[in-house]
Amino acid sequence: MTALLETKSLTIRFGGLTAVDSFNLSINEGDLFGLIGPNGAGKTTVFNMLTGVYLPTEGTAQFDGQLINGKNPVQVARLGISRTFQNIRLFDELSVLENAMTGAHQHARLTVWESLFRLPRHYKEEARQRERAYELLAFMGLDDRAGLTAKQLPYGHRRKLEIARALATEPRLICLDEPAAGMNTGEKSELSALIRKIRDELNVTVLVIEHDMKLVMGICEKVQVLDYGETIALGTPREVQNDPKVIEAYLGGD
Amino acid sequence: MRRSLATLLVALAICAGMNLFLAQFIEEYVVQVINMVGVSIILAVSLNVINGLTGQFSLGHAGFMAIGAYVSAFFTTDLSYFNPDTAEYVTDPALVSSVWGYLGALIAGGVAAAVAGVLVGIPTLRLKGDYLAIATLGFGEIVRILITNFEKVGGANGLSGVPQFQIVLSGEGKDALALDGTFFIFSFVIICVLLSAQLQRSTFGRALIAVRENELAAEVMGIPTVRMKIFAFVYGAFFAGIAGGLFAHLLQTVTPASFTFMKSVEVVVMLVLGGLGSMTGAIVGAIVLTVLPEALRDVEQEADLPGIRMVVYSLVLILLMIFRPQGIFGQRELSLRLLRRLVPGRRISGDETPKPSEDRKGTEL
Ligand SMILES: Nc1ncnc2c1ncn2[C@@H]1O[C@H](COP(=O)(O)OP(=O)(O)O)[C@@H](O)[C@H]1O
Ligand SMILES: [Mg+2]
Repeated sequence: MTALLETKSLTIRFGGLTAVDSFNLSINEGDLFGLIGPNGAGKTTVFNMLTGVYLPTEGTAQFDGQLINGKNPVQVARLGISRTFQNIRLFDELSVLENAMTGAHQHARLTVWESLFRLPRHYKEEARQRERAYELLAFMGLDDRAGLTAKQLPYGHRRKLEIARALATEPRLICLDEPAAGMNTGEKSELSALIRKIRDELNVTVLVIEHDMKLVMGICEKVQVLDYGETIALGTPREVQNDPKVIEAYLGGD
Repeated sequence: MRRSLATLLVALAICAGMNLFLAQFIEEYVVQVINMVGVSIILAVSLNVINGLTGQFSLGHAGFMAIGAYVSAFFTTDLSYFNPDTAEYVTDPALVSSVWGYLGALIAGGVAAAVAGVLVGIPTLRLKGDYLAIATLGFGEIVRILITNFEKVGGANGLSGVPQFQIVLSGEGKDALALDGTFFIFSFVIICVLLSAQLQRSTFGRALIAVRENELAAEVMGIPTVRMKIFAFVYGAFFAGIAGGLFAHLLQTVTPASFTFMKSVEVVVMLVLGGLGSMTGAIVGAIVLTVLPEALRDVEQEADLPGIRMVVYSLVLILLMIFRPQGIFGQRELSLRLLRRLVPGRRISGDETPKPSEDRKGTEL
């Protein structure tokens, strides 16, 4: 079986700083994969390279057999990779429902004329987007907030809305960047269950960056540890947890 | 579609009625101001799509307006100019003279402005914020300078003798019952407002707002941000061109001096006053900032305080920006729903959202 996502020697330098060095990653369809490491290790930078935000200096990234480094974020989204952001990036002035609907925009099969002149396909598209957005909001437990403005949501709900919006793009792979950051214990365990449901019920492969070791160890089946841009461990949560290099990175780093 | 068509027809009938009423009972000067209000509304609502919805800071509206004004007048006006080869004045008779010809000329002006929008938008819309503002400002100035040096359309003196058109309903001559400038202007106001509202409340409108709210997130969600920005620019330019054409035929003269960068700034101020991003705000801003200087002109004469007009005008703006920096409406729209919510006794829950297949825009204006 070939991997859904595979990177080979992915490297990016910012001036003299090598933020990510020869990064190899292999994720299979249906994985729930954790990417961990101390602050500044280069995790978010990996996401940025995978989603076309940064252009890698060296190396390749393949998604479903297609080369994706060099593609822009829009093209990557079309191929089926979506993501959330560590520092939440919602469309604050749009409603919760509308935020989720924008995720579905890329699948709209209509021209702007059809919307301007309110032709039948416009209504069909609106209904499709609204229905899908409601489904995903319900999935994330946000459907009773659909009419609020995104900026009115409390922090934990904002993180969940970002996930709902990303799911609305109908991705095959979703990359979650510290989805539990800033959440309390109750919210975290609820989120853990949701992430598992994303993989089990929506059949979306999940790549999650998380700082909370307990959460990662609880839900991920495979974990890769990054430190100073380099992979220092890869394995099951148990293997990784007992790796001396990992222990050192975390004790030294945090 | 059927609903918006019905709305459009009703609105056009109201325009016609308003035209006949104003022509019959209201003094000409006031009618002129009302017509100018219409032109301002088209300018403000179309710029709102670029600056308000999409969050791009364009200062090029006067340039698009100038293109529309000159292109449409080029078709409808007898062009007199000095031919240096034969050393004499020549007159090219107008290319069109019917009402349909006039409408065609207006559309041609809009299309020419839209084409300019594509040409300017492709290279400049990769720029952000202040850089875009400067680039579009430069575009407006270039257009003005080109026109100033184009003798066939009057150069710096501009074009005079731009005709007015009428649709005669009955009668003849001075007593004829006819639809004129007011009807044309407000018909386009309705079309521009209706289309902009329908744009705003569609997947494309949400995509434009997404670009404004967070460009990176929009891109990652698969929204082609550059293409959306160019679209907004072209859409805004088209209606600015239409507004320019209406303006030229309203004043019956066009000069490059009407399209300085101050004109662009004026439209931006209308938006900021009403609340950037709110279409109803843009409309209110356009009305206030067109009527206010005229009203103050009377005050100025009566109080015998020349110049007080600009002082009051500036004070109003400064006070507004101090006490309500988000503009009168913020980013909200004035809608029947909002009005209803203000009426006590009838409560509408906050999460009321449009149901599938329901198009609420028709009732929103
Ligand atoms: N655009 C950039 N320009 C310069 N340095 C960057 C840029 N993006 C990330 N970095 C650097 O790359 C390193 C890794 O950052 P990041 O991927 O955000 O870490 P993590 O997400 O693991 O906490 C940091 O040292 C950061 O300063
Ligand atoms: Mg990070």
